[in-house]
Amino acid sequence: MLDLDVQHEQGDFTLEARFQAGQGLTALFGPSGSGKTTIINMVAGLVRPQKGHIRFGDTVFSDAEAGVFLAPHRRRIGYVFQEDRLFPHLTVRQNLAYAARFIPEARAGRDAELHRIADLLGITPHLERRPQALSGGEKQRVALGRALMAKPHLLLMDEPLSALDQGIKADILPDLERIRDVEGIPILYVSHSVEEIARLATRVISLDRGRILERAPGSAPVLAESGMAGSFIEATVTEHLREDELTLAQSAAGTLFLRKVPVPPGTVLRIHVPAADIILATGDPAGLSTLNRLSGTVETIADLGSAMDVTVDCSGLKLLARITRLSARGLALEPGKRVHVLFKALAIAPESLFRTA
Amino acid sequence: MAFSPEDWVAIALSLKVAATAVVCSLPFGIAVAWLLSRREFPGKMLVNGLVHLPLILPPVVTGYLLLLSFGRKGLFGEALAEFGLTFSFRWTGAALAAAVMGFPLMVRAIRLSLDAVDRRLEQAAESLGAPPYGVFFTVTLPLILPGIVAGAILAFAKALGEFGATITFVSNIPGETQTLAGLIYSYTQVPEGDDSALRLTLVSIAISLAALALSEWLARRMAARAGRAD
Repeated sequence: MLDLDVQHEQGDFTLEARFQAGQGLTALFGPSGSGKTTIINMVAGLVRPQKGHIRFGDTVFSDAEAGVFLAPHRRRIGYVFQEDRLFPHLTVRQNLAYAARFIPEARAGRDAELHRIADLLGITPHLERRPQALSGGEKQRVALGRALMAKPHLLLMDEPLSALDQGIKADILPDLERIRDVEGIPILYVSHSVEEIARLATRVISLDRGRILERAPGSAPVLAESGMAGSFIEATVTEHLREDELTLAQSAAGTLFLRKVPVPPGTVLRIHVPAADIILATGDPAGLSTLNRLSGTVETIADLGSAMDVTVDCSGLKLLARITRLSARGLALEPGKRVHVLFKALAIAPESLFRTA
Repeated sequence: MAFSPEDWVAIALSLKVAATAVVCSLPFGIAVAWLLSRREFPGKMLVNGLVHLPLILPPVVTGYLLLLSFGRKGLFGEALAEFGLTFSFRWTGAALAAAVMGFPLMVRAIRLSLDAVDRRLEQAAESLGAPPYGVFFTVTLPLILPGIVAGAILAFAKALGEFGATITFVSNIPGETQTLAGLIYSYTQVPEGDDSALRLTLVSIAISLAALALSEWLARRMAARAGRAD
């Protein structure tokens, strides 16, 4: 269990974060400049927090008040960076075996482990080559393998897929899922990709301008650049409507209609609902084609200038709606007001429908 | 072209002095380059200036300063003599003078390659459990090897040609401190020495070109090794 509570100032940027991360993949999500990379670098020991503490299990990584700071090489972490950072003077095999030079636990059964991991990631044919001879996707796989070979107690990943082409990304995502599910190592994962988060995260922590937005389980509104503003909600598949090509799923706020998802009933899905695709209604909506109709109360309204971000609490499920200033005024929205939340089944992109774990 | 025994002695001595100078100063060169590239400390400017001093001072001045500090009655000379290490009028003194004169060139080359090392690779090594010395020996050192080779060869070439500081510090004693440069100088001082001076000049050119060729070859080999496809 990672336990983090830090305050840090860098120029006019202030980071204030407190969270705990356990098994599975904890995603730090937010736009660039939100502080997610700073947090992961603090956990790695590359940035020393000015205030607060970071603990992992019984190990104190840093405690500013007590003057404790554990050097990065003693933290037993595996760090997969945005760039591969492979050692150019070593072969792929030597890169993979690098940590074993220093970590006794990684030395035991090193060769067998090397072959297992190389097979897991499909890099066995490249073992004797040098990183320069590999493609971007292959390099990042080796970097993943190299981190795993350190037998880390915690894996850190800082946008590991962001430098890769869309096609290669899709190839590596299953590898990450396998690592999450098979290796049993807690993962802290930084990303600003809705697709990666929806697919990989066991838990989402949203950040904006150095602050954590929402830690409620089951839903996480995401305030971010227009393209990805929206909410992650979780729902359990209840049945499939065969002839209509739809899937019904139960969320905390009620039944959702989704595009057909090929998973058995009982599967938990994480769904990303784009904020701009949500319609808010104060009256009883009738005669609309929109299938998804939830109701709740307005919690907060944020003025973005050109638009308003309205957070609606639907029986504990937080949904973010982005509407025009004119609409907000026309509906006389204010915190506490009852509203209906409508969105089309088709508004939810197929790639943001993913089973969790 | 016939060399006198005296010539052979000077050629062999020159190679010995230059090789000793480079080998003995290399660890210090790497350490100083690392300090200048990676650490901030009070007096850094002073250290930097001191290292570069032999490059800008007249060699005679450097030689005289060496005489003052490492001579028989010198500041360090007396203390080092206790350990059986004497420099004055010995070939070791010639090696010391050559090392001091070549040191700035060596440090510059190594420091430049240290500055060019991607620090992110060192961070990656740290995250994989490497303590600071481990990072240095397994990542930094292999990556700066071309710079070290370049620096060593520059210093070697400088050492071969060193004359002013050497003759001031340890004189020009045949068989002990008379290197190629010293012998060529001696030949030019006698009327019938022209042919001999020319012969040794050609030898000097040959050795320098060989060192240059060797450094080119090593650099290409290392570049090929680092960028090899598989």
